[in-house]
Amino acid sequence: MTFRDMATVLHAKVLCHEEKLDNPARTACCSDLMSDVLAFVNEKTVLITGLTNPHVMRTADMLDLKCLVFARGKIPTDDILETADEQGLIVMTTKETAFTTCGLLYEAGLRGVPIEWPEGEDA
Amino acid sequence: MSSFIHEEYPVAKGDYTRAGEASADIKRRLKQLGVSSNVMRKVAVASYEVELNLVIHSLGGKLMLDVGTDGVLLVSEDVGPGIPDIAMAMREGYSTASEEARSLGFGAGMGLPNMKRNADDFDIQSEMGKGTRISMRFNLA
Repeated sequence: MTFRDMATVLHAKVLCHEEKLDNPARTACCSDLMSDVLAFVNEKTVLITGLTNPHVMRTADMLDLKCLVFARGKIPTDDILETADEQGLIVMTTKETAFTTCGLLYEAGLRGVPIEWPEGEDA
Repeated sequence: MSSFIHEEYPVAKGDYTRAGEASADIKRRLKQLGVSSNVMRKVAVASYEVELNLVIHSLGGKLMLDVGTDGVLLVSEDVGPGIPDIAMAMREGYSTASEEARSLGFGAGMGLPNMKRNADDFDIQSEMGKGTRISMRFNLA
């Protein structure tokens, strides 16, 4: 699927980098805990979150994430969106909850980002 | 290590607004040097984690970046208060972070283990009342 398909499925409003919507999206993760995102996400993926502070953008920058989806209709402030724009991040906001956002995207074919488990630890 | 880049970034206690700026600059510099995206990402994640630790836990400190032909060296030094039990601090899920840090999405007790996982060499020394020094090396290949 493409980012455009994601936006369609979620009835999302695209806030940044609409010109990149035809790029492919394969995986996603969902968390409000940036510590976990930093620790476990190991590929350039999509982050679904309800957190709209500048550290979400910073985390996305460090991990080279491709797209942020803000759930529950949240919209970050303009200065945060400017940062996302500079970083080249696709940003969209949907009125769906985080749970429903994940469900809709999974149903449409998006899969969870593979998780790296710490050494010596089993799931 | 003979380095062709040496940078120092002061990090202030409790400055959540600027937290991450040093790491963003470090990442930008590595990109300019043509460091591979895989290594760049590892350094950026470890740097952001250690920078956040300085903001959340320390009384202030600095980050130092050295890039040489054989690797990247990232060192964090602070002026206290020191970590009473390093083994405990290295455990995943253990955190003494404030509510403020948690409200921003941090303090899950993943910081130090995540730094260790991303670095090729990781060393931590801490003395109560004096401070903590974390040294991380990343191979370029």
